[in-house]
Amino acid sequence: MMFSLGTSIMAINFRDGVILGADSRTTTGAYIANRVTDKLTQVADTIWCCRSGSAADTQAVADIVQYHLNMYAITNNAPPNTQTAAAIFQELCYDNKDALSAGIIIAGFDHRHGGQVYSIPLGGSLHKQSYAIAGSGSTYIYGYCDANWKEGMTEEEGINFVKGALGEAIKWDGSSGGVIRMVVLTAKGAVRHLYLPDNGYTGPGSKPIS
Amino acid sequence: MGGFDFSNHSRNIALHAKGVPLPQATSTGTTIVGCLFDGGVVIAADTRATSGPIVADKNCQKLHYIAPQIWCAGAGTAADTEFTTALVSSNLELHALSTGRKPRVVTCMTMLKQHLFRYQGHIGAYLVVAGCDPTGSHLFTVHAHGSTDKLPYVTMGSGSLAAMSVFESKWKGQLTRDEAVKLCSEAILAGIFNDLGSGSNVDVCVITPEKATLLRNYIQPNQREPKMRNYRFEKGTTAVLSEKVITREDISKYVTVHELGEDGAAGTGEKMEVDT
Repeated sequence: MMFSLGTSIMAINFRDGVILGADSRTTTGAYIANRVTDKLTQVADTIWCCRSGSAADTQAVADIVQYHLNMYAITNNAPPNTQTAAAIFQELCYDNKDALSAGIIIAGFDHRHGGQVYSIPLGGSLHKQSYAIAGSGSTYIYGYCDANWKEGMTEEEGINFVKGALGEAIKWDGSSGGVIRMVVLTAKGAVRHLYLPDNGYTGPGSKPIS
Repeated sequence: MGGFDFSNHSRNIALHAKGVPLPQATSTGTTIVGCLFDGGVVIAADTRATSGPIVADKNCQKLHYIAPQIWCAGAGTAADTEFTTALVSSNLELHALSTGRKPRVVTCMTMLKQHLFRYQGHIGAYLVVAGCDPTGSHLFTVHAHGSTDKLPYVTMGSGSLAAMSVFESKWKGQLTRDEAVKLCSEAILAGIFNDLGSGSNVDVCVITPEKATLLRNYIQPNQREPKMRNYRFEKGTTAVLSEKVITREDISKYVTVHELGEDGAAGTGEKMEVDT
């Protein structure tokens, strides 16, 4: 039985940067193998990705991209751009499309381009978007996102948009659930957020990143 | 004709087309668990190995050595857990020797996941990796397809549901060593008694930054009862109907008989050469 992230993931642009969000459920068939999974993975200082599809495949791809971006940062003595990261992801996902089941959203902040969101669905195509949703739970929130999306939201508005969307996705999709994890990427760096189902996804909120 | 013989491949395709299932490997229908505590980590396992419906080994060891402070509990195909852990143990020792540092648990986990991912799940090893290194105490699960998880308490194998129910109802943060050992062995007992694929005894391994302690057969809840009666037949139970003695002289008419003795000419073959 293959482990899959029957998932709800998303990333959005807002005024000061980007926000990534994800549920925390990993399933093997009907069994929840991990109820507090971290599907938001760091590949560079301020470039992160949301993983959906096979856990093994997306972890392997993210590890390889992380390696390439490390090498890039060392050889050029400068941090990589978000687009560079997205291009490496695309190359891996497209070249190995027959062997992989990976749907990845890349979001990052760099000082030249500010916040950017890219999405790579199953076939390995690459799309730059103002916001991206993916995973099995995303089908339930196309309407919510389309109705509530605003260009240039504040951080608080952005967090509430992501939280509201993922809350609906978790509510309607059986393969999504657990806590809501978020990462906010701005010029000031990365900040992690956590919202528990115990209190209706109201807290505890942001935590200083390690 | 020399070279390779691939006729079995055609045979297997023909058998598969007829609907004959593949032969089953000896599999550890298993309960394995792990739990972090204040100052270290505990892993535990049952000791039943099965081959289909047959109990192949009543007291096998599923706790594998990786490095002095890193141990691994294995579920899935017994041979695969055995060889994968042995391979990584070997490579990790060479790595430790060449870097001059103690091996880390993340390194071990990464080597396992990259090896298993390369084989796309054909190596059926499901592992709980635990240990202490200079960066702290760590606990991971590694699945056959190469995915990994990092959690404060984990269960794997066919008995994982029974074991997880114990953790989910009794686990709390900041456990002591003894509390962690008790919780892990209780989780294994839940697997032993409620999962058909698990059984026999509980093995535990406690790892702290100072040392690793293997508690083999920590609990033996399935001791065989001593037999209540002696079923040995007394001497003379069977009647002797006739007796016949064949002497050496008689038998030497049909076969050659050599004298065997300490100094006999035929002796007992050649003497072994010994360095003095």
